[in-house]
Amino acid sequence: MTRRSNPGRPSEIPQMHTSHARPSRPLMAFLGSMNLAITLLVAVALASVIGTVLQQNQAYGDYLMKFGPYWFDVFRMLGLYDVYSAPWFLAILGFLVVSTSACVIRNTPNMLREMHDYRLQTQEKSLRGMHEHAEWKVPMSVEAAAIEGRRLLREEGFELREKRVDEGYLIAGSKGAVQRLGYIFTHVAIVIILIGGVLDSRIWLALKEASGQLRVETRAAPLSQVPSESHVAVDNPSFRGNVNVPEGERSSVLFLNVRDGYVVQNLPFAIEVKDFRIEHYDNGMPKSYESDLVIHDPDRADHPVAQTIAVNKPMIYNGYAIYQASFGDGGSRLHMRAWQLRGQYGVAQEVTGAVFQDLPFTLGGERYTVELNDFRLFNINPAPGEDGKVEQKNFGPSMVFRVRDAAGQAREYENYMSPVVMEGRPVFISGVREKIGAPMSYLYIPADRDGSLDTFMAYYARLHDAERVRSAVEAMLREVNPEAAKLPAAIEAIQAMVGRFADGGYDAVGSDLEQRVPQEQIQQAFETSVRVLQSVLGRMFVELLEERGVTGLGESDERFLADTVAAINALALYGSPIYLHMTSFEQIQASGLQITKSPGKAVVYFGSVLLTLGVFMLFYLNPRRAWVLVRKDEVGARLLLATTSHRKTIDMQQAASQLQQTLGERLTGGRRSAAAAARV
Amino acid sequence: MSAHSEALRSPHESRRASRRQPLDIVWLATVLLAGFGALALFSERMDVYEIAILAGSALSLAALGWYWSGVRGLTLAVAVLSALALWRYGVHFGDQLSVGRDALAAAQGKDFFLKFLVSSQSAIMWMSALYVGATFTYFLALFARSEYIGRIASALVWSATALGFTGLMARWRESYLINVDYGHIPVSNLYEVFILFSVITALIYLFYEGRYRTRNLGGFVMLVISAAVAFLLWYTFDRGANQIQPLVPALNSYWMKIHVPANFIGYGAFALAAMVGIAYLIKHKLGGDGENDRLPKLAVLDDLMYKSIALGFGFFTVATILGAMWAAEAWGGYWSWDPKETWALIVWLNYAAWLHLRLTKGWRGTPMAWWAVIGLFVTTFAFLGVNMFLSGLHSYGTL
Ligand code: HEM
Repeated sequence: MTRRSNPGRPSEIPQMHTSHARPSRPLMAFLGSMNLAITLLVAVALASVIGTVLQQNQAYGDYLMKFGPYWFDVFRMLGLYDVYSAPWFLAILGFLVVSTSACVIRNTPNMLREMHDYRLQTQEKSLRGMHEHAEWKVPMSVEAAAIEGRRLLREEGFELREKRVDEGYLIAGSKGAVQRLGYIFTHVAIVIILIGGVLDSRIWLALKEASGQLRVETRAAPLSQVPSESHVAVDNPSFRGNVNVPEGERSSVLFLNVRDGYVVQNLPFAIEVKDFRIEHYDNGMPKSYESDLVIHDPDRADHPVAQTIAVNKPMIYNGYAIYQASFGDGGSRLHMRAWQLRGQYGVAQEVTGAVFQDLPFTLGGERYTVELNDFRLFNINPAPGEDGKVEQKNFGPSMVFRVRDAAGQAREYENYMSPVVMEGRPVFISGVREKIGAPMSYLYIPADRDGSLDTFMAYYARLHDAERVRSAVEAMLREVNPEAAKLPAAIEAIQAMVGRFADGGYDAVGSDLEQRVPQEQIQQAFETSVRVLQSVLGRMFVELLEERGVTGLGESDERFLADTVAAINALALYGSPIYLHMTSFEQIQASGLQITKSPGKAVVYFGSVLLTLGVFMLFYLNPRRAWVLVRKDEVGARLLLATTSHRKTIDMQQAASQLQQTLGERLTGGRRSAAAAARV
Repeated sequence: MSAHSEALRSPHESRRASRRQPLDIVWLATVLLAGFGALALFSERMDVYEIAILAGSALSLAALGWYWSGVRGLTLAVAVLSALALWRYGVHFGDQLSVGRDALAAAQGKDFFLKFLVSSQSAIMWMSALYVGATFTYFLALFARSEYIGRIASALVWSATALGFTGLMARWRESYLINVDYGHIPVSNLYEVFILFSVITALIYLFYEGRYRTRNLGGFVMLVISAAVAFLLWYTFDRGANQIQPLVPALNSYWMKIHVPANFIGYGAFALAAMVGIAYLIKHKLGGDGENDRLPKLAVLDDLMYKSIALGFGFFTVATILGAMWAAEAWGGYWSWDPKETWALIVWLNYAAWLHLRLTKGWRGTPMAWWAVIGLFVTTFAFLGVNMFLSGLHSYGTL
């Protein structure tokens, strides 16, 4: 009874592996050893961590940026960008299969034997050796005592076998023996599941690639230009890939990402996306994504299959499973007004293009391309409300594009179609980032009374109109300092400053001062300049409004001016020679389909059921054995009860002693102090 | 015989105790009738899976109560309190399907019962307070060696659990009241599953409390629940996470109804094992078994640790399998090595190793206790850390 309570010290539970190890087969012994098993379990666990902390299957460029050339290579060698298909990882898994199988093979035979073996050959002294045993001498016939014994064990649910021994009986009982099947189920299930996993793996692809029949494509080329050696034939037994299909179009291929590239998987049929729908909740969150699909299969050209899929509602078409995985733009047509921010200021021209299309243009002798990348109908973003409190808000449609210069340098922009009210003022928002993945910085251009860009652009153009600037400067000087108004130098200086601000913002003004003014006076000089600048800017704004028939600056106009000046200051960093304003669109969506062929799935599921069954059998059935040995004795009969249990838990020991107690009570007719019966 | 007799009801006694009485039959009949009633009322709104799940839940509840009478009282309390909530909402909104956030908030503000007891928010506040109270009470009982205070502590846990379940029930209804489209079982985000975690862990504890006839571990187990409650409160008041949000499309599936609870039986059992492990280590440090200890014998703690991890492992296995089947339907593959999946595997392998060492190598005591405690950290990372630090397909309930 004390054995279990020695903390940390192994108890003498029969250890299957060692006890049944066949010395003749040391390899088996090693593979099937518990130490190896536990080592492997822990090894797989640790290895799996890697893939969760290091984001898998990203663009290699990103990794390169993150780790630098040296570590990038090291990690690539180790296959850390796709750990779970790295040879060494698969090797560990394979090892686990081998070890588990070895273990099952070694233990199964004697476990099965145990199940049907009632241990009738057990000797009396080994029964006495068991630490759960008790013995009585009772004044009754051997038969009577045996009956008591049988009755009790039956009540306890033991299956009984018995044999005559000289002058008595050996009654052997066994209970819960099927638990041993639980062991077999559990471990066979592990093997089955991993085999199923192998069936669904990319071995086939790997072989094709190794044998040079398949080349991974790394360029982002249109399908038509992907060479045939990067196409995978339809006989690929298992794959999982994606394809974006615009509404009204069809695809008979999908793309399998491989390392830093992809291959094209051919399908025996074409999938047409009739329609793609997103439903939204009242708060703008997406509620459901659905696509109406039609399968055009040459084998049954006469009646194509139509079905609507949604997230969590895939379509199964003879062995191919088709899922709603994502969505994107399918080449929406965008109508834009392109405002020049260089050359002819304030001039806009109408442009029309489609997403994924490139629009080249020349400005001030420079060649540029606008690459339209995306269109988004909804943009739910946090926005500060009137009270400064941030709330989720729909910013409406936006388009994402790049502006690439002749040198190939590009910046990414996201421009919103309609003004968004921020802190109570409507502004046009344009996000810009220098490189992919960098955070966006935003340009806010105030929208005028009729919610358009006109006023801002007109004002911006005005600042670049030397004549107007000059007259404004003169007029300003005449008011504040008639003397200076007579000095062309002063006028030019201010005019130049306005010019600098219009092109380069306050920074330009500042850096100019730094060249001309001694260090200690800069601060003061800058403040004066800004004051002068602002009075000119203000005056020019008033002039603009007056030309447009507005008189008397309202508070809103002053805010508008402040925002305008801020925007012009920011434009210095905007980096695009034009401002693209989307004026209208015709949306065409694309449905992102994931298509899989997974022959191992059924196997894995079968294994899973087996595993569940096995685990619960293992835990909740407790194999027990009990023996009642009855022998003739001078007082009548001597009766020996011994029990063992496979799992030495407290309740098993409880049960054992309970059994002894009950039997004792029965034999002594419940009388504790039975002179007649003596417990030995 | 062994020194454990005080600690554990013997099979015979328990058989005697569970000799069937009329009450058992009443229980079965009631639960099954309730199940059929629900079916009759709602079946035309449910698909075959949901019907199966309802039937399954009814049967499991019936079985659970059949073997563990404690559950009956709890079920009754939850039923009554939930009915109260439904009734009050009914009074305010009649048979309107949904009324919007503001109307709901207004009703909760002015209706006495909703405001102070059975709106999900107040029920959950009650739950939180009671669990924390129970923690102190258990420790008080432990130091004062007072059976009576111990009983109070248990009562607190039972009521906290009843209110926790009530809170979930009410929340379920409220999600529909806000907007029929929003309606969903409240196991869909971190806030909701933290409640689930608390009540399930408490239930598993209460079961063993009865089984092992000792209240002296209560304080330790309630510590982990109090921690969950602390998180819950921070999450509520700092992040307003208690606001009911609609489901993202990927979560909108009957699988959620079985996958998540199965998972949390696992998490709860593992957490319990870890807390028992801590008790074990403390006792071991203080010199192990003595004459008049407060804590149960080391061997008993060890046994409880094993039982709890075994229970957890079983359900965690099921949960992971269900997760894989769900993934196959939602993401197009039963296994994507997505961080959440992978960490589930890590947790599972970890406990598989634990079980092997104990069962086949016969390891016991201190090392296993330490391992159980470490296991809780691994589990916690799988359950929380992944959402906080790692990105993946499972990007629900990020902090
Ligand atoms: C992922 C792999 C494995 C899993 C999930 C697993 C799972 C289990 C579980 C749940 C138990 C029951 C423990 C208990 O009843 O307390 C068990 C027992 C056992 N496992 Fe594994 N096992 C795995 C691999 C292995 C390997 C590789 C071996 C070979 C050395 C092995 C040998 C055993 C043995 C001998 C038992 C004891 C069975 C008994 O006597 O009841 N297992 N296993």
